[in-house]
Amino acid sequence: MEEKNLTCIGCPMGCFLTVKIKDGEVQSVEGNSCKRGAVYGRKEVTNPTRIVTTTVRVLNGTEKVVSVKTKEDIQKSGILDCIRELKEVTVTAPVEIGDVVLHDVAGTGVDIVATKNISVSIDITGSNDYH
Amino acid sequence: MIKKYDIVIIGGGPAGLAAAISARKNGIESTLILERDKELGGILNQCIHNGFGLHTFGEELTGPEYADRFIRQVREQNIEYKLNTMVINISREKVITAMNREEGMFLIQAKAVILAMGCRERSRGALNIPGYRPAGIYSAGTAQRLVNIEGYLPGREVVILGSGDIGLIMARRMTLEGAKVKVVAELMPYSGGLKRNIVQCLDDFGIPLKLSHTVVNIKGKERVEGVTLAQVGADGKPIPGTEEEYACDTLLLSVGLIPENELSREMGVELNRVTSGPVVNESLETNIEGVFACGNVLHVHDLVDFVSEEAAAAGKNAADYIKWQQPVEVPEQKQNRTIILESRNGVRYTVPAVIRPERMPEEMTVRFRVGAVYKNCYISCYFDEERVLHKKRTILAPGEMEQIKLTKEQILNASSLRKISILIEEE
Repeated sequence: MEEKNLTCIGCPMGCFLTVKIKDGEVQSVEGNSCKRGAVYGRKEVTNPTRIVTTTVRVLNGTEKVVSVKTKEDIQKSGILDCIRELKEVTVTAPVEIGDVVLHDVAGTGVDIVATKNISVSIDITGSNDYH
Repeated sequence: MIKKYDIVIIGGGPAGLAAAISARKNGIESTLILERDKELGGILNQCIHNGFGLHTFGEELTGPEYADRFIRQVREQNIEYKLNTMVINISREKVITAMNREEGMFLIQAKAVILAMGCRERSRGALNIPGYRPAGIYSAGTAQRLVNIEGYLPGREVVILGSGDIGLIMARRMTLEGAKVKVVAELMPYSGGLKRNIVQCLDDFGIPLKLSHTVVNIKGKERVEGVTLAQVGADGKPIPGTEEEYACDTLLLSVGLIPENELSREMGVELNRVTSGPVVNESLETNIEGVFACGNVLHVHDLVDFVSEEAAAAGKNAADYIKWQQPVEVPEQKQNRTIILESRNGVRYTVPAVIRPERMPEEMTVRFRVGAVYKNCYISCYFDEERVLHKKRTILAPGEMEQIKLTKEQILNASSLRKISILIEEE
């Protein structure tokens, strides 16, 4: 029997949960004071997922970076791979909210989309200098 | 010639945008938003994480996406706005002095003004941390702007003081960008941040949170070289012998937000000592008739959804004020009836602070914060001596704004009512 301890995020109570796992199956969730805690505890130890948000570089834009997110949540264990892949991505302005910046990030099957509008810089000579 | 508008909104962040849209929906054509930044949306533009809009749109958006929903409406409805424009004075007669590069300095006469300037971060100067003034000390919001908008990483090895939500969000953000966040120190025995942020920004990345700890020394003359943390006792003072050294090149401060009320104070708006925001009535109107306030300039919120809701109310009330021109017809003897809202027993303040029953909307939200963590207690509301609300709560925390609803009917029925009290009771 394996035990995992975590903090519930359902409300400000922050119940300290103990989840017991046997052969990959959740046996019990303890320490929760409501149903939401049990649901969260179960999901968090079997299939924890997150929406990942970060920025990628922009060429010829009014800003040097544009904010992006995973269109759906991805496995928590894949966050760093996702970030690593996005470090290599550069997009060219204009960028609009919802534009796909990268397909199938880190083999998750999930696309990366822009979350901000960036227009083309009028001063195209000085916009590409990265520091 | 002085330009004239019915309603001028000071600030184009979430509060200003929602107020302007609401004023237009309520029939006011002549509105103007004045924004000092180069774009609308305010601080949302740098809050690239998700979690915004669950209440308003039923989905989780990032900050820029949430702002865009409102900016689109402003554009669709041709609401006028000026960017890169700094307001430097508002007179009691509602003459606004502003300046920008194209027009220089200019005056605008408004019939009503909505204050929506937001808040700013408490800085190192307010904390009395000894040491030199080396490079590498930033407020969490400044670091957020550098990383998310300017595209710079301000440091490699980071210590964060304060566990407000911006500090927690930046712990994750700096980690994802390749920095090593060594510790988050919090003076209080509890975090002011949301549980979700503690789990998803700290626990997910193995970043320790040290409660009841503070920075007692910053080392380095040109650049931060390290900080000393110490545990604090119940009196909030460092306990000798508990000092620990952390080598780092960056210290981020996430130690509270202060409503930005210099303009309000200068024009004679009465401010509340607890919130540092204007004292307002049921219409979110300040002591100066026709001057309204909403959003973080009024009191610091934790959810932008509630900022939008409050600002929409302010926009409607300002529109009503313009349409009435004259105060509403109410019987002579009732005209000056005002009911005071009193906060006590753990409730730190209420917004609004006074109610004129005849001016109340059919249903009104009273927002407030508590001063400490309370478990298994009740939120109670008294009309004079009579308890009219007794709501069981498993937990109340200073980091979570609370609210109750009052109806106009309920208050008009209590015809001799002088004082409404909101408090926490154990049973």
